[in-house]
Amino acid sequence: MKVIVPVKRVIDYNVKVRVKADGSGVDLTNVKMSMNPFDEIAVEEAIRLREAEKVTEVIAVSIGVKQNQETLRTALAMGADRAILVIASEDVHQDIEPLTVAKLLKEIATEEAANLVLCGKQAIDNDMNATGQMLSALLGWSQATFASELNIEAKNAVVTREVDGGLQSIKVSLPSVITVDLRLNQPRYASLPNIMKAKRKQLDEKVPSDYGVDLTARLSIINTREPETRKAGVKVASVDELLVKLKEEAGVI
Amino acid sequence: MTYQLDHQDIREGVSKLCLDFPGEYWQKCDRDHAYPTEFVQALTQGGYLSALIPEEYGGLGLPLSAGAAILEEIHRAGGNAGACHAQMYTMGTILRHGSDEQKKQYLPGIAEGSLRLQAFGVTEPTSGTDTTALRTTAKKSGNHYIVNGQKIWTSRAEHSDLLLLLARTTPREEVVKKTDGLSVFLVDMRDFVGKSLTIRPIRTMMNHSTTELFFDDMKIPKSSLIGEEGKGFRNILSGMNAERVLISAECIGDAKWFIEKASSYACERKIFQRPIGQNQGVQFPIARAYSQMRAAELMLAQAVALYDAGGNPGEEANLAKLLSSEASWAAAEICIQTFGGFGFAEEYDIERKFREARLYQVAPISTNLVLSYVAEHVLGLPRSY
Ligand SMILES: Cc1cc2nc3c(=O)[nH]c(=O)nc-3n(C[C@H](O)[C@H](O)[C@H](O)COP(=O)(O)OP(=O)(O)OC[C@H]3O[C@@H](n4cnc5c(N)ncnc54)[C@H](O)[C@@H]3O)c2cc1C
Repeated sequence: MKVIVPVKRVIDYNVKVRVKADGSGVDLTNVKMSMNPFDEIAVEEAIRLREAEKVTEVIAVSIGVKQNQETLRTALAMGADRAILVIASEDVHQDIEPLTVAKLLKEIATEEAANLVLCGKQAIDNDMNATGQMLSALLGWSQATFASELNIEAKNAVVTREVDGGLQSIKVSLPSVITVDLRLNQPRYASLPNIMKAKRKQLDEKVPSDYGVDLTARLSIINTREPETRKAGVKVASVDELLVKLKEEAGVI
Repeated sequence: MTYQLDHQDIREGVSKLCLDFPGEYWQKCDRDHAYPTEFVQALTQGGYLSALIPEEYGGLGLPLSAGAAILEEIHRAGGNAGACHAQMYTMGTILRHGSDEQKKQYLPGIAEGSLRLQAFGVTEPTSGTDTTALRTTAKKSGNHYIVNGQKIWTSRAEHSDLLLLLARTTPREEVVKKTDGLSVFLVDMRDFVGKSLTIRPIRTMMNHSTTELFFDDMKIPKSSLIGEEGKGFRNILSGMNAERVLISAECIGDAKWFIEKASSYACERKIFQRPIGQNQGVQFPIARAYSQMRAAELMLAQAVALYDAGGNPGEEANLAKLLSSEASWAAAEICIQTFGGFGFAEEYDIERKFREARLYQVAPISTNLVLSYVAEHVLGLPRSY
């Protein structure tokens, strides 16, 4: 069984995000980019499945700019077997919409005759939380989202999901799209020998037209702005003063 | 296979690994004068310390630029490679001058990390910079050499299995050139510690696990000799340029760390209702430290490129070491100034890195000796020592 792991190149989670002056988005020039942390968890899980001989091949896929090669090399250094890069833009600031990504992934999963797609539950840049679900619908496969535990059986996958108020266990039939949550595993670091080996692994470059997918945007960003900064608090001298302030200034009682 | 000079992927790998060893980890090691065992283990397991060992001996056979990238990233992440850099390059002497048998015997273990070659004993209390005046002797006796004498500042000896030792095999009076008559030995300290070898730790202003060694009739097998007897000084010198380059890379990593810390603090810290970094008096020195670092980094890049192209660039390696050790110190100085009082609080790591960064103008070679090299060998001035 082959598993497809989509990986997105996003702004590194340690970087302090800055909004572009024209409000069109977040400034990505000269900013450190990394693999989306949830995707890293998906790569790790896929490699573990292969090590446990539940799957035979791990294929990492990225859709975006040419520089996504680096993200794919990271996946290869962790242990993915090969990689596919779909170059869908030349502009690092252009985000490829979930539906477009899902359509491309559908074609790739079909072409590769994969039986499982493991993806991050969301990307930390725009927090869409949509691609996995859309892909499952397009493929007509089952879906299990927010996996914190995963067991692959012969024909099914048993998935523990993190839901409000607790954990839910479900069984889905394969093929399936599974999106992973933070607590599924602790991704490994690539060792230096594996970083060197990754340079020699196969990385195919494609363009969207190879899959007959058109990139026309359906979403437009109206404005991006910084969150409001929190105002400094005040100290009150007595409970009475507090009550007055809550009533008159905050208007909450 | 050609390699990019910058080794972005390797840097990425190192900086990820370093995330597991944040400031608190190094603060604790520093406070307890403890060796960062877990960090060294993680690097070893990740294969990073075997980068420079040829593939036929179980290493990765990467060029010096890869070693430089690894050490720079450790320092840039706020760590300290001093605890383990020797494992990366001390083996160079064996690689260049050892016999096939010695290489097969030692290099695979060193590459794997099961054999630690972390200690390098050259400096002595009474000779210091004047290496050829060292007094430790190794006298041949049948199938052995008998070693007597003392070393100082032998770092990491307590955390190493092997010691690369420079000792006199022919008295200075009996040789024509004072650089003759010295020999290099690879000593398996595990056979001698507590018997004819005493290791005594020295407490220093930073956490460096450095020691004094005392040899009292230490009887080492003849096979410990590396290269030709009497040619030890040259055999050691041939590795010095690589060492200069790697130390320079650590300094550049430090400088970047200090500059990043200083810049971001200067943006965040608000005094007189505005960020302190808005004052030119605060931002100019940081910008200057950055310029100094970039200039030193360029010299390092040139030294590395020449070295990887098969040269042995004495001038560039020495200049890189000189300029980067001064750039890191300038950055340290401006970083602590930018942080004001907070720069002195242990939890910010500035004071620790400040203490650590100072070393490189003294060891492994002091600034004056680098300048003597440049004056004599590059500019043709008379030898001054
Ligand atoms: C923390 C630490 C770790 C070390 N680790 C090791 C190690 O692992 N192995 C090892 O062998 N050594 C090690 N050293 C020793 C280090 O290499 C020496 O300290 C260094 O080479 C200087 O020698 P010295 O201390 O004897 O100084 P000295 O030779 O006494 O020199 C003192 C000062 O005088 C200057 N000076 C001396 N002669 C001249 C001259 N002719 N012209 C101009 N200036 C001159 C020097 O530049 C220096 O500033 C370490 C040192 C330290 C502090």
